[in-house]
Amino acid sequence: MERIPILRMGDYLIVTIQVDMHDRVVTTLQDDLTSMIAANGSHGVLIDISCLDIVDSFVGRMIGNIAAMSHVLDAETVVVGMRPAVAITLVELGLSLTGVRTALNVEKGMALLRAATRGRLLEDGDGRDQE
Amino acid sequence: MSDNVKGLSVVLTNYEAEILSDWIKEQSAALRRAGGAMKDTELRDQCAEFLRLLRTAAQGGQVENLDGPKWNDVREMLGNISRSRGLQGFSPSETASFVFSMKRPLFVQIRREFGKDAEALADTTWLATELLDKLGLYTTEVHQKAREEVILRQQQEMLELSTPVVKIWDGILALPMIGTLDSTRTQVVMESLLQRIVDTGSGIAIIDITGVPTVDTLTAQHLLKTVTAARLMGAECIISGIRPQIAQTIVHLGVDLGDVTTKATLADALVVALERTGRAVKRVQTASKGA
Repeated sequence: MERIPILRMGDYLIVTIQVDMHDRVVTTLQDDLTSMIAANGSHGVLIDISCLDIVDSFVGRMIGNIAAMSHVLDAETVVVGMRPAVAITLVELGLSLTGVRTALNVEKGMALLRAATRGRLLEDGDGRDQE
Repeated sequence: MSDNVKGLSVVLTNYEAEILSDWIKEQSAALRRAGGAMKDTELRDQCAEFLRLLRTAAQGGQVENLDGPKWNDVREMLGNISRSRGLQGFSPSETASFVFSMKRPLFVQIRREFGKDAEALADTTWLATELLDKLGLYTTEVHQKAREEVILRQQQEMLELSTPVVKIWDGILALPMIGTLDSTRTQVVMESLLQRIVDTGSGIAIIDITGVPTVDTLTAQHLLKTVTAARLMGAECIISGIRPQIAQTIVHLGVDLGDVTTKATLADALVVALERTGRAVKRVQTASKGA
């Protein structure tokens, strides 16, 4: 079965979606990601959807849900690289993904994550490892 | 072929010259009254050609059904006349009068032919009236269609003209919106804005609505959709150019612009955008008095 890989990079997790988002794939990703966050105590998740060119309402909602779940597990989530067509579709479907951080590309997304988690890293005393 | 149709085609054949000269006289008088600028030679050519085609078609019979292949030439000719007159700025009634003004000359000649026979006179006149009415209506239809095409093309051009996305700074886009925002235009605007955001990697887009005459709930909804779509892609939107009246309307309508940043002028919005990207504009020299 297809699985979306989740990469760990220091305190952050990186998910790049490069396959078609079937419903099963999405639910598996949801399971994997939440357990990874819990296991590693990650502070940030970056989801790259720049290769995703078709979304339906289910996938749209799941993206929002995954972000909300990560938030509950105390990890900041950034969705990056959404294509114009996907953005328009989500808006027309009425899914505005409020509460989800977004960025244009991975680079800006990482900067956003670092800025959002800087304070927390310093508090934990882990910050020096990352700098 | 019925007797009446035969009678009509006989009249058209035998008295062609008389009908033509009367008809042209009638038309040039009408055109002069309307102040139309049309050359006499052109008019003469059109009339002669039309009469010839009408005669040929009438000889073929089937006056009741103008959709038949026998009438192709007549229809085509009328269509061309109607279209060219439409483009020259003739009104629909002026265009239709090309056909209708033929009635009197034709009836005069019909009366001359069937003067003695009251029944044949009435029948042939009725037939001719019916025929010319149909042709007249056809010219109006074509005229209308030609005008509609012009309108449609202009709409299309306006759509393309009015949605430029301008890069005003590194990482800052501006979208000056002009004209009323309906669903189609919003779609075009949204698509071109989002595409430019991707192309230039800009983090901030300023939507300037100075050129939008009125903002109603629907327009506001369209604006919000664009802002949300841009946000989903990771770009921030600032709405600028909100005039006092529009600000009042928005509040009266109860439109919730949410947490969208709004500014009165494009200049204010640019300052905010520069601030957010960590820049500032400063004066390097005091302006000289003459400047």
